[in-house]
Amino acid sequence: MRNTFINTLYDLAIDDKNIYLMTGDLGFGVLTKFWETYPDRFFNAGIAEQNMTSVAAGMALEGKNVFTYSIANFPTLRCLEQIRNDVAYHNANVKIVSIGAGFAYGGAGMSHHATEDLAIMRSLPNITVFSPADPLETVYVTKAACALNSPCYIRLGKGGESNIHDNIRNFEIGKAIKIIDGKKICIFATGSIAIEAKKAAINLNNSKISTALYTFPTVKPIDIELIENCALEFDLIITIEEHNIVGGFGSAVAEVMAEINSNSVLRRIGLKDTYSSIVGSQEFLRDNYGMSHRSIEDTVLSFISEGK
Amino acid sequence: MTSYQLAWKIRRDAIEMTHVSNGSHIGSILSIADIVAVLYSEIMNVFPADPKNDLRDRFILSKGHAGAAIYAALAETGFFPVEELKTHYANGSRLSGHVSHKDVPGVDFSTGSLGHGMCVASGMALAAKRDNKMHRVYVIIGDGECDEGSIWEGALFANHFRLSNLTVIIDHNKIQSLDKCENTLELLNLAEKWRAFGWHVIEIDGHDHQSLKQALHTYEVEKPTCIIAHTIKGKGISFMEDKVLWHYRAPQGEDYLNAISELEVDK
Repeated sequence: MRNTFINTLYDLAIDDKNIYLMTGDLGFGVLTKFWETYPDRFFNAGIAEQNMTSVAAGMALEGKNVFTYSIANFPTLRCLEQIRNDVAYHNANVKIVSIGAGFAYGGAGMSHHATEDLAIMRSLPNITVFSPADPLETVYVTKAACALNSPCYIRLGKGGESNIHDNIRNFEIGKAIKIIDGKKICIFATGSIAIEAKKAAINLNNSKISTALYTFPTVKPIDIELIENCALEFDLIITIEEHNIVGGFGSAVAEVMAEINSNSVLRRIGLKDTYSSIVGSQEFLRDNYGMSHRSIEDTVLSFISEGK
Repeated sequence: MTSYQLAWKIRRDAIEMTHVSNGSHIGSILSIADIVAVLYSEIMNVFPADPKNDLRDRFILSKGHAGAAIYAALAETGFFPVEELKTHYANGSRLSGHVSHKDVPGVDFSTGSLGHGMCVASGMALAAKRDNKMHRVYVIIGDGECDEGSIWEGALFANHFRLSNLTVIIDHNKIQSLDKCENTLELLNLAEKWRAFGWHVIEIDGHDHQSLKQALHTYEVEKPTCIIAHTIKGKGISFMEDKVLWHYRAPQGEDYLNAISELEVDK
């Protein structure tokens, strides 16, 4: 996803001379092509995310389209007040990009686990929050972010994710994308963990449990209309995110469902308000913390066995 | 209007504003009144009838708590009616205690949390350099504000990117919120620190308008400029000068009347 992001941005920057990229001294090997091709529009701000974010705000207020880039919590939580006061309040055209959503840097330890960013970033007014599920969504999200004249957050995985979409028609900010049709169960997924949701949906459908799957490349604004329609149509809605269960994507869906006359039961899957002191691969940690396709399938089976 | 006249008006307006609103920070406002007056009357290219004119020099008050000085300077130079200063801190007012850009003609950037404005100013200066624009970016920071780590991140950045179109003025009144700076976090020799970060550093009396004018006209080709303006917190009102108390206390009762009397004598 990070390579897809930077390649897309590189292509957009050929014609759009207003695109600037700033890194907090991260992106070894990944940013080289942009750096070498557009030396006047690339800055390494050093290991100083607060200043980087404020500088980006200043440039944006002078008309530049500025992307800040770093990993995990560094471009978000480390400089949260700079994002709040300088970027969000001024509606400055800064695009904040973080690599390593959830447990993508699973082996690196707790400091590098990005598990609260969705909740925090979506609580800031004026900021659009993107969380693409695969490289294809990343292309559309990057293009959409570039075209926005307001701040946004782009939460990306790391590298090596495979596409879960064959193609995307009519990508729109704030709209979910249907991947699998179904009638009884509906899974909402955001981010690269959508691959687990897809496995679960396929397995459930193979077991004659009709299951739909949607991805949400935009977490804010959330697709209210789709959630409302699904809440009337399905018996059970499951959300899955590689993020703390507090305040993130599942919470955004719950907020919508709480205010309508829903026929659906909601179950949220995510990290259960904890930090991981153990390390491991992304797949290992997802499974260890109950965020794999098995968790989704178990949730569905127990819902059905309860006779609902 | 001369810089001396504008400085007097800023002081007079600020005493009135903090009196009416019972607002804090009169000491900080009086500390920067001369710097702000010189900037707005003689240094900066500003367009009161067209506040967003792209040719304007940019200004950020990084120590946003002294925002009343900016509102007063803007009103007195024709950006909005002086009458509106009475609404400072009032219900529904656009003139917040800490300086705000929202719907306020002439304010480029909102501050209030310290350590932000200087870094944003660097971004504005960098953008201007990239576009070969000739305007300058001025920012006033506090000496207490130099406690913030982001100031030093920004100091490294502005030197590294050779932001010669950026001028930082440090309001060095040696007092912060609760105590003297030296009793809080020792700043030691600020000039040496900024020189060591690669800046062109000038030290002046921050209440001497001639020195301010000379310093604000001085730049180097490859370096950002840091003017260390030695100031007195509460300058101009004898009983407020160099007193921690007047960081927060608002002029009321006898204090208010005495402050007005002192200013009238100086008129």
